[in-house]
Amino acid sequence: MNLEARWHTLHGWLGTFAKRAAALFCMLSLIGCSGVQSALDPAGGDASRIYWLTVIMTVGGTLIFLGVTSLLLYAIFAPPERRAWLGTRGTIVYGGLAFPIVTLSALLPYGLIVMRDTDVPQEGALPIEVIGEQYWWRVRYPADGRQTEFSTANEIVVPVGRSIAVSVTSADVIHSFWIPNFGGKIDMIPGRINRINFTAERPGVYRGVCAEFCGDQHARMAFDVIALEPEAFEAWRTEQAKPAREPEIPLLARGRELFRVGGCGSCHAVRGTEASGQFGPDLTHVGSRRTIGAGQFPNNIGTLAGWIANTQHIKPGVRMPSYGSLSGEDLRALAGYMESLK
Amino acid sequence: MNAPESPRSFGRNEPDYPNPLPRPEGEFEALQKAWKAPSGLSFITAVNNTYVGLWYIGTAFLFFILAGILALIMRAQLALPESNLVGHDLYNQLFTMHGTVMMFLFAVPAVEAASVYLLPNMQAARDLPFPRLSAYAFWAYFVGGLVFFGTIFFGLAPNGGWFMYPPLTGSKYSPAENADWWLLGIGFIEISAIAGAIEIIVGVMKTRAVGMSLDKLPIYSWAMLVFAVMIVIGFPAVILATLLLEMERAFGWPFFIAERGGDPLLWQHLFWFFGHPEVYIIFLPATGMVSMIVPTMAQTPLVGYRLIVLALVATGFLSFGLWVHHMFATGLPKMSLSFFSAASTAVAVPSGIQVFAWIATIASGRMKLTTPSLFIIGFLFIFTLGGLTGVMVAMAPFDWQAHDSYFVVAHLHYVLIGGMVFPLFAAFYYWMPVASKYPLSERLGRWVFGLMFLGVNVTFLPMHITGLIGMPRRVYTYPVGMGWDTLNVVSTIGAFMIAAGVAIFIYDLARKFRFASDDNAGNVWNASTLEWLPNGNYNTRSIPEVVSRDPLWDQPNLSKDVEEGRYYLPGTATGGREALVTSPFDARPQYILQVPGPGWQPVLAAVFTAAFFLLLTVKFVLTSVVCGVIAVGCVIWWLWETDPGPVRPPADIGGGIVVPVYVTGPANHSWWAMIVLMVVAGMVFTCLIFSYLFLWLVNPGAWPPQNVRIPEWTWPSLAAFLYCGSAVLIAAASRQLRGEDRRSPISVPILIGVALLFLCGGSAIDLWAQWGTDLSPSAHAYGAAVYAIMSLQIFFVLTTLIMGAYTIARWLARRLDSVRRTTFDNTMLFWYYTVGQGLVALIVVHCFPRLTGGI
Repeated sequence: MNLEARWHTLHGWLGTFAKRAAALFCMLSLIGCSGVQSALDPAGGDASRIYWLTVIMTVGGTLIFLGVTSLLLYAIFAPPERRAWLGTRGTIVYGGLAFPIVTLSALLPYGLIVMRDTDVPQEGALPIEVIGEQYWWRVRYPADGRQTEFSTANEIVVPVGRSIAVSVTSADVIHSFWIPNFGGKIDMIPGRINRINFTAERPGVYRGVCAEFCGDQHARMAFDVIALEPEAFEAWRTEQAKPAREPEIPLLARGRELFRVGGCGSCHAVRGTEASGQFGPDLTHVGSRRTIGAGQFPNNIGTLAGWIANTQHIKPGVRMPSYGSLSGEDLRALAGYMESLK
Repeated sequence: MNAPESPRSFGRNEPDYPNPLPRPEGEFEALQKAWKAPSGLSFITAVNNTYVGLWYIGTAFLFFILAGILALIMRAQLALPESNLVGHDLYNQLFTMHGTVMMFLFAVPAVEAASVYLLPNMQAARDLPFPRLSAYAFWAYFVGGLVFFGTIFFGLAPNGGWFMYPPLTGSKYSPAENADWWLLGIGFIEISAIAGAIEIIVGVMKTRAVGMSLDKLPIYSWAMLVFAVMIVIGFPAVILATLLLEMERAFGWPFFIAERGGDPLLWQHLFWFFGHPEVYIIFLPATGMVSMIVPTMAQTPLVGYRLIVLALVATGFLSFGLWVHHMFATGLPKMSLSFFSAASTAVAVPSGIQVFAWIATIASGRMKLTTPSLFIIGFLFIFTLGGLTGVMVAMAPFDWQAHDSYFVVAHLHYVLIGGMVFPLFAAFYYWMPVASKYPLSERLGRWVFGLMFLGVNVTFLPMHITGLIGMPRRVYTYPVGMGWDTLNVVSTIGAFMIAAGVAIFIYDLARKFRFASDDNAGNVWNASTLEWLPNGNYNTRSIPEVVSRDPLWDQPNLSKDVEEGRYYLPGTATGGREALVTSPFDARPQYILQVPGPGWQPVLAAVFTAAFFLLLTVKFVLTSVVCGVIAVGCVIWWLWETDPGPVRPPADIGGGIVVPVYVTGPANHSWWAMIVLMVVAGMVFTCLIFSYLFLWLVNPGAWPPQNVRIPEWTWPSLAAFLYCGSAVLIAAASRQLRGEDRRSPISVPILIGVALLFLCGGSAIDLWAQWGTDLSPSAHAYGAAVYAIMSLQIFFVLTTLIMGAYTIARWLARRLDSVRRTTFDNTMLFWYYTVGQGLVALIVVHCFPRLTGGI
């Protein structure tokens, strides 16, 4: 085939390709736009800064990529006399040495500035402590002003507009704490306490996840993040600090009794009862959480019962054994009691 | 320093060849006879680079297919959310094995294997300088690798991810043997990689065509040289890391257990100090291949030779300064992140130089769109994209989002498939005519390329998005409704497209590949370098003299003249296998190296070494030790036949050049190998000292911990005195062994014997002194670090003990005298190293805690 003709075909092909790629990218980014666990849907200042860094680098990178591939195709298909200028040492010096140095010298300071402004400790931040455990999250809100401390699990509730200072560590292996909508991740390393700071700017429900492989059920180690208006947050906090509710009907009282005789309290704490185990999640207000099983299933009496009876089937390898021997009625009572712990 | 001289300085005018025609009767037959491959069952004892190289490449390719199949199973599992195709247990083994096998059993061995095959040919050397060492490295890898892979069928495969982060991989959270398979299996295959690297360094520096000075060295040789140096510097870190973790698992020495003063981050530093260079270790040889293929396909010399060499060296250098970018999310101070962020962007520059050098070369020639060219174009496309996302993740804040997500999975596959697999496939197509009677099919090649190229992009391009919208890596399943479903199905389809491409390649290979050496398909591409000379098992009939970087283009009759035997060493001077050793800078002939031929020793040594490590993994300690002893025995048996001495007077290799058949000292190839080995040992030790200091930093005020005594000054002083004394005795023995008169005085074995006593005594006193303080290696990281340093020293002392005893045995067998003394020289070098390491170890262990602990 003659080279000129090839060149034209290629021109046309490239044009179409660019249009299609742009369309594809838009389509793909739409998928991300509503994500509860997406770095492309920032809901806080840090995540926004990183989002714009991402956008700028993606656009810049795409342009450079198109430039390099066009040059390559030009070098192959352009007529020899037209491409001769490209076949010299100058190409290497300008394209391979000068260009990257200039581009990277511009990008690097920008990246460093974003780094400086991201994850910055603020005065008056709300402290939260999170400990990663195989395969769930122990969450503690230390005393803050008038508010007393309390523990919960697998759910982090934050007020909008106030900086949050999360201290993380691990009780066993390395985990990583990641809420994509609010910012980057921070590793939870045994023997070390790491900190990450972020501010939620949009109320809503988000999702965090363990990002460092931590064993059998790494895939099922997530948590809910709920950003509330400050007043709603204070109300939530006051509720959470209270001891557990008393059962209101006999079925629930029976559930509490089953919880007691079944020895659940040796691993789980329900504040206000004799159950004070520290091995597993604090269940004082388990009924108020959105999900169970570390962000796995919606929280209702059915899933709670299923979880208690089939833990090892649903999430094989977790520390909690399956309590499959409970009768249907007992299971309903126990799950009902759990659900009532709002 | 030997400055490169003008190419003509020891050449001659065109019609005036080093050796006249016709060649004497029987000369060629003698050469053929010396290099004849063994037949029948003992075929596997072949050590020649043509055979070992091909077996090696074939095995590496087998692991590529096996690890690829693992990836297909993973992709099938991830095609749908909440899928139950494979359970979490198998999935965790699958991704660990996929990463481990691809990195350690495919990528590094494949590029090393290709160079075992190609390097000697490209440099017109008859063979690599240590063919039995390559055979040993190959068999150890073959046996160890297959057994290691087999663990997946028994549910015993490692399952902690290919970078094996403790404490997940420690005995508390991984009590089963899965992790031990990784530590011992991979630890030992790394030793095989180091053996190969030593071979490559000496091969590139010492065995080249006459006149192939450093500025005429093929770029591939440069790339392999940088590659090998990087292995020598980088691999010791991971060898040490695996040793420490295995000691923690086996004996409870708490290097990585936070409650007892250890730190999980120590592993990450050691692992990534190896792990990041590893990426370039895989990538640089591939760029070397590209730099060979592009000029041939464009039929024009490479543009920017010097810049490319500079880029290779710069990449190698920079790659050791950016390991922390794998640890951006570990909570290190922003100050150090800034440094590593800058270094990580800087490494893009040398890659840019190489990419533009290839574009310039293509533009200055006329690119034929053959299958190798297509793979090169695909490589440039994919690798550029991977490089750009690499710059993205070099920005720490972006990495905080992308790290450990599918974005990184996409990035690393773009870099590794683009940067290594595509060049390797280009190389398969390109060099097939050297190894086979027929080249591969160009028609099917287009299908292979098309499917693989589309497949890679369909699989991995969507993953960038999958990661940014929140999908973490290493999950065996994912919930419905996260927006990841479509993207994952697309990726799975892409993976099967790649598989289809590879399947067609295998079909074509089965159809077209027929092993050949002297009846190969020949120079079908009109390439310019020496591997395209007519060759046999002995490689080229005579060793050419080259005057440019593209000898086959610039010296038109070279092929014919070389084949007729007009160049150097057209036959065999000693009647056996030989290689011509040349000077490291300007490649003048220095001496004739008597190359060992086929033998069972390397095969048996490798099998028993593998057995030692594998049986140790399953805790058959006694059997394992027996195998270890047999392996050492095989190595000694193998070495016994080396160091032949001057079996004949210096020989005329043509053109009036007369070279000896035996030399000692720094000109000797094994002297070089020993120096490289000492660098490896020194790096292991340096990493251990780094670990000691790192553990001190994480235990401020507890170094040593409360209630730990440090031995009195008397003992380390005495040990240091004994170490120094043994070095003095060895120096004295060396003086006794000088001269040209082939003396071998009785004082030599006596001095060695006494020196051995001193050396062992020094080590024993140190151990005894620590033991006397009741220091426990398992109570705290301090004790663990002290005992680790002492254990390493004891290992070196024991090795020196074996070498010293071996040297005495050589003397007793009258195989050691003042001329034939290479064995002694090598022992002496190792001895000095052991003494030096011992002294540094004493200073660190005894002085450092006194300085910091205030005792």
